[in-house]
Amino acid sequence: MNRTHRVRTPAIVAAAAAMAMIAAGCGGSSSSSSSGAATASAPGITATQILIGSHQPLTGPAAPGYSEIAPAANAYFQYVNHHGGIYGRKIKYTYLDDGYDPSKTVTDVHQLVLQDNVYAIFNGLGTPTHLAAVSFLNSSKVPDVFVASGCDCWNDPSKYPETFGWQLDYIREGKILGAYIKQHFAGKKIGYFYQNDEFGQDGVKGLDDEIPSAQVVSRQTYVPTNVNVGPAVAALKASGAQVVVSFAIPAFNALFKLTGLKLGFNPTLVASNVGTDPITLGGLLEAFAKQGGAKVNGNQLTQGIITDGYLPTLGATGNSWIALFKKVHDTYDAKAPFDGNVLYGEAVGYAFVQAMMKAGKNPTRADLVSAINAGLPQGPAVAPYAYSSSDHSGITGAYIGMINNGAIVQQGPVYTTDATPAGAVTAYTGSEQAAPATGMP
Amino acid sequence: MTLARHAGAALVAAVVIWVLSVSLSTFRDYQIADIAVYVVAIAGLTVLIGLSGQISLGNGAFMAIGAYATALLQTHLGWPLWALFPASAAIAAVAGVAVGAAAARLHGPYLAGATLLLAVALPSLATQFPGVFGGDQGVTVSVAAPAALGAAFPLTRWLAWVNAGTALIVLVLLANLARSRIGRSWQAVRDDEAAAALAGLNVAGLRILAFIVSAACAGLAGSMLAVYSSQVSPGSFTVTLSIALVTGAVIGGLGSLAGALWGSLVIVLVPAYVMNVATSHGLSSTVAANIPVAAYGVVLIAVMLLFPDGIQGGLRRFFGLSPPAATGPRTRFSSLRRRQPASEHQEEGTT
Repeated sequence: MNRTHRVRTPAIVAAAAAMAMIAAGCGGSSSSSSSGAATASAPGITATQILIGSHQPLTGPAAPGYSEIAPAANAYFQYVNHHGGIYGRKIKYTYLDDGYDPSKTVTDVHQLVLQDNVYAIFNGLGTPTHLAAVSFLNSSKVPDVFVASGCDCWNDPSKYPETFGWQLDYIREGKILGAYIKQHFAGKKIGYFYQNDEFGQDGVKGLDDEIPSAQVVSRQTYVPTNVNVGPAVAALKASGAQVVVSFAIPAFNALFKLTGLKLGFNPTLVASNVGTDPITLGGLLEAFAKQGGAKVNGNQLTQGIITDGYLPTLGATGNSWIALFKKVHDTYDAKAPFDGNVLYGEAVGYAFVQAMMKAGKNPTRADLVSAINAGLPQGPAVAPYAYSSSDHSGITGAYIGMINNGAIVQQGPVYTTDATPAGAVTAYTGSEQAAPATGMP
Repeated sequence: MTLARHAGAALVAAVVIWVLSVSLSTFRDYQIADIAVYVVAIAGLTVLIGLSGQISLGNGAFMAIGAYATALLQTHLGWPLWALFPASAAIAAVAGVAVGAAAARLHGPYLAGATLLLAVALPSLATQFPGVFGGDQGVTVSVAAPAALGAAFPLTRWLAWVNAGTALIVLVLLANLARSRIGRSWQAVRDDEAAAALAGLNVAGLRILAFIVSAACAGLAGSMLAVYSSQVSPGSFTVTLSIALVTGAVIGGLGSLAGALWGSLVIVLVPAYVMNVATSHGLSSTVAANIPVAAYGVVLIAVMLLFPDGIQGGLRRFFGLSPPAATGPRTRFSSLRRRQPASEHQEEGTT
């Protein structure tokens, strides 16, 4: 009966003491950065360096595609560092993997803020993940800039004064797509296919602001954990929808297309740009079809999909931004494909450098927030930012695009709007800016 | 008598943790809170596997139940912290009754499969009923340090105290339970069901009771997780969590409460430490991101090769604390394979 002695009293004490030693030994708490140098104006800022952090899905379900974003932003930071830095300081970008698990995000953000002493959290990726971190960041007064998610929730300056969105939010996107549908598909039967969370619901909110409700014949949802979209597609087919609007991630746009193929249902597809990077989508279509023992041509299936974009199209080689970001990509991030995710990462990195330049030579954390509150120049986006002290949403507009032979081609002008039901969708009359010759804001 | 000894030990441990929490950085406080969550969950699981001989791959689901109970009770009824912990444990325990009743009829791989089902299915309820559970976004939990500690008091230190204190209370209770009549009866059932039944023990009842205790611990751990991470969402309760709990229990040493602490330390600190090393050596992100996973695997393999009885078993052997009997804990795995002739177990002796 030795076994009854397994639970031993001294063991509890010994173990607790050991926990002490291990916890103390394993990190050698990093030096406090607020000492000495006259230019160390804030946590994370020394005379020579700006330390920022992020949480990213480098592994796990959201990693394919999205894991390219942080390295791409970092590539742009390397470019800046090699061209004089920000007022002489080099950017150090530490991004930790959260595997798209919100409790891991919480741990990552605590580590970055409490242990690594970052100046700001930059481009934290994901709606459920970042929502888990946002109240801690705001109560700790850490700038939480340019969240990588189009949720409207980042635009709440009274509750989250430190938090700023960046990309076109899903409500605005829904309104711009909705206005296009209203104009070009008048009288047609419209069906919705969307992800049943903030992403899809916000998008539908925008669509409903524009599309007459009588035209909408069916609303079908999916959850990312269930790949069986058969019932949803069958219901859309039964409703007689001639146009389907999709707020879905790439994998579910691919599933929608393939299931429709099987059921002989081929409506015009209008889809959020979240799910329409042609390279990603075409690859998924071919991979999924292969799993099912069929062979399809990805480019053929994506042909004619209508979508939108808030950054220049990748194919626009004459565009000064594409030229700049391609150059940076080829020098510092050549192993990744030059796709929509990489463009996104470099563009948001550019926006951060813009904000830091505006924040001043020796910025405090509050200086960065007030700099963005005072507005940012447009930069690589096709429409201006909304930033003000009462509005923390980012890019305000997009163009409509159509996929042609594996690339998005812009159709018509850039449209801008706001996130309210009453706000009109109007063609943007201002011009896009050209990239500075130095590649630095 | 036993109670007094355990309580005394816990008091010493509490002092140690207090000293740690005030002398280390606030991020270490956060890690103490994190570790405490795993200690509670793994301690409950190690009692189930090690003492009662049943396996559960679904304790992550009980954690989810406790966590959501905490979030919803706080959001809708505004319950205070001290009431949330026991209430969440109780709600998870009720779920444990249902699962335990079914589990008492199953053995070995069938039991593992049934509990695994729970781990897979339950978190998706949150996305099925977004109105109640907030879908993928989950529900936020707000917590503040008591005003009496002063405005500048770091919240993470308070959370470290709360979680570590709770974990110590749970360890004392479990240690006493394990050495009580119930604990001995569990071992009797584990070692030989037929003999235990002949000796007049209520085998099914004992097995269900073990499930309830384990579920209550998991529920409490879930509640602690919700409080210190100030949110609950389905992404936190994947199958990986349930597997991590079993891993922690095995690596620490099955059936040993000190082992639950070792297991928790490995689960929390090894990936964090390796991640720091990987990122500070400028490895490419795709490599750096996968190194913690790989290193974690290497640690698991190394521990299992060096200490087949788990870390606690290895320490015991090393320090000669208590002679690891010839019946060594490896037989615990065979005790999971039931319905064998009693003669297979004869080297363990009869109770």
